[in-house]
Amino acid sequence: MSGTLAIFKRELRSYFATPVAYVFIVIFLMLSGAFTFYLGGFYERGQADLQPFFNFHPWLYLFLVPAVSMRMWAEERKSGTIELLLTLPVTLWQAVLGKFLAAWAFIAIALVLTFPIWLTVNYLGDPDNGVILASYLGSLLMAGAFLAIGSCISAATRNQVIAFILTVVTCFLLLLAGFPMVLDFFRAFAPQGLVDAIAGLSFLTHFASIGKGVVDLRDIIYFVLMIAVWLYATAVVIDMKKAA
Amino acid sequence: MIETRNLTKRYGSFTAVDGISFRVEPGQVLGFLGPNGAGKSTTMKMIAGFLAPTSGSASVAGFDVESQPMEARRVLGYLPEGAPSYGEMSVREFLGFVADVRGLDGTRREQRFDDVVGRLHLERVLEQPIDTLSKGFRRRVGLAASIIHDPEVLILDEPTDGLDPNQKQEVRALINSMARDKTIVISTHLLEEVHAVCTRAIIIAAGRVLADATPGELEARSRYHQAVSLTAGNLQEAKEALARVADIASIEVDPQDNRITAFPKPGRSIFVPVNDALKAGNVDVRELALEAGRLDEVFRTITQSAVGTEART
Repeated sequence: MSGTLAIFKRELRSYFATPVAYVFIVIFLMLSGAFTFYLGGFYERGQADLQPFFNFHPWLYLFLVPAVSMRMWAEERKSGTIELLLTLPVTLWQAVLGKFLAAWAFIAIALVLTFPIWLTVNYLGDPDNGVILASYLGSLLMAGAFLAIGSCISAATRNQVIAFILTVVTCFLLLLAGFPMVLDFFRAFAPQGLVDAIAGLSFLTHFASIGKGVVDLRDIIYFVLMIAVWLYATAVVIDMKKAA
Repeated sequence: MIETRNLTKRYGSFTAVDGISFRVEPGQVLGFLGPNGAGKSTTMKMIAGFLAPTSGSASVAGFDVESQPMEARRVLGYLPEGAPSYGEMSVREFLGFVADVRGLDGTRREQRFDDVVGRLHLERVLEQPIDTLSKGFRRRVGLAASIIHDPEVLILDEPTDGLDPNQKQEVRALINSMARDKTIVISTHLLEEVHAVCTRAIIIAAGRVLADATPGELEARSRYHQAVSLTAGNLQEAKEALARVADIASIEVDPQDNRITAFPKPGRSIFVPVNDALKAGNVDVRELALEAGRLDEVFRTITQSAVGTEART
């Protein structure tokens, strides 16, 4: 455990040692604000909730999370530090987990820094803070799933640009799977079971259902499983790539 | 102690390391020699537990690197080729990180930290990001990280590569100072380094061990071993004098500086007879030396014949 913790601390600190952290946080806060107020019609809706704020999170994450995850393993491989890291007395799992948790904690920090919008909505009206809390949880879980995918793809290449693009595409496909447009297309010919399966794979479906304030165990399990599977894949990919 | 048994690594049809077996005891400094691509780094990576062997096994201080990887890694210090480190961290943070992962704490942590910083003269750069350091300092930071837990077994992949002569000297002194109670393996392609630090040398090429001996024994394989070289005022006179020595097998003259080298017949010692003959012939000798043998020549002979057979098969 001490190995995971040491790696976690090192990684988290390294985000703040480079401009990555600050650029990410500033852009995340600016964009989430702009989307909420201009595109989401925060005031015009006349409702005291953060629906317009959370609705844009999947799309923000689509570009910002891969920017965080792309360096996770690609840089390690490029600079050769992977050889240092994986010959220290830590298991591959501890390293994968430590790195992932650090990136996740970093996004959690960015998410926490959006608190002014929560203050605003509480000042303006009387929102259901339970729903807001659930939405924050859903948002964090979704970010975790994006990160786990990015971790795996980052492990597969030493080129960060490739890691970024492939992660965006993969996450985009997983988001799209729940889009009404896509589901309608499948509904036209596919049996309902298949349509449900496709919708069931989608980030959006699960994120939206948590966002309604109903914290269904199945949605949580979906994201946790998603994270676990992609992290497992990360470890497998690193092991395979090491030999080459 | 390090032991490998038939250690082999294959990539598809290419065999990078081909059944290497050796054993290194505490107190020994083993030099791993070989041309580029001979399999030195691959062998070291397998012992360090980074790469899994295709077949065969390796153990570090009695722990098998595959079945007891954590135990083996705990007693091992490993400097990967190029001494990689996290560039955005300061030297203090980086060494602190390695100490944390290795579970050092309390006074021992402080003690070890001060010890390696002192040994590698890192005091001045402790707060600097590693990215901003010179190559020599970066290598020293890597070395410091590899010995921070005072390991029993040390594997250093080209520890002096890219250092200037003074820095090389310092690193060699460091290795010598640790050699007494540790098991150390270093890889290098500098033959002078073998003399300076190694008690034993293994020459590998094309993934196979071609020689395993002390530096002295290797030199004895050289055709220069026991040869006598001299420079004389009059080349012709010197040659005539040498022609009278019965045990000389052949004589070569360096066309550049007219240095004469006389090679003895196998098993004969010619230094005294040569000296006598030169005196008797009244030759004006400017310099006379007994050769110990040339490692570079032995190295070339051994590795090139191996590459030759490889090309034929």
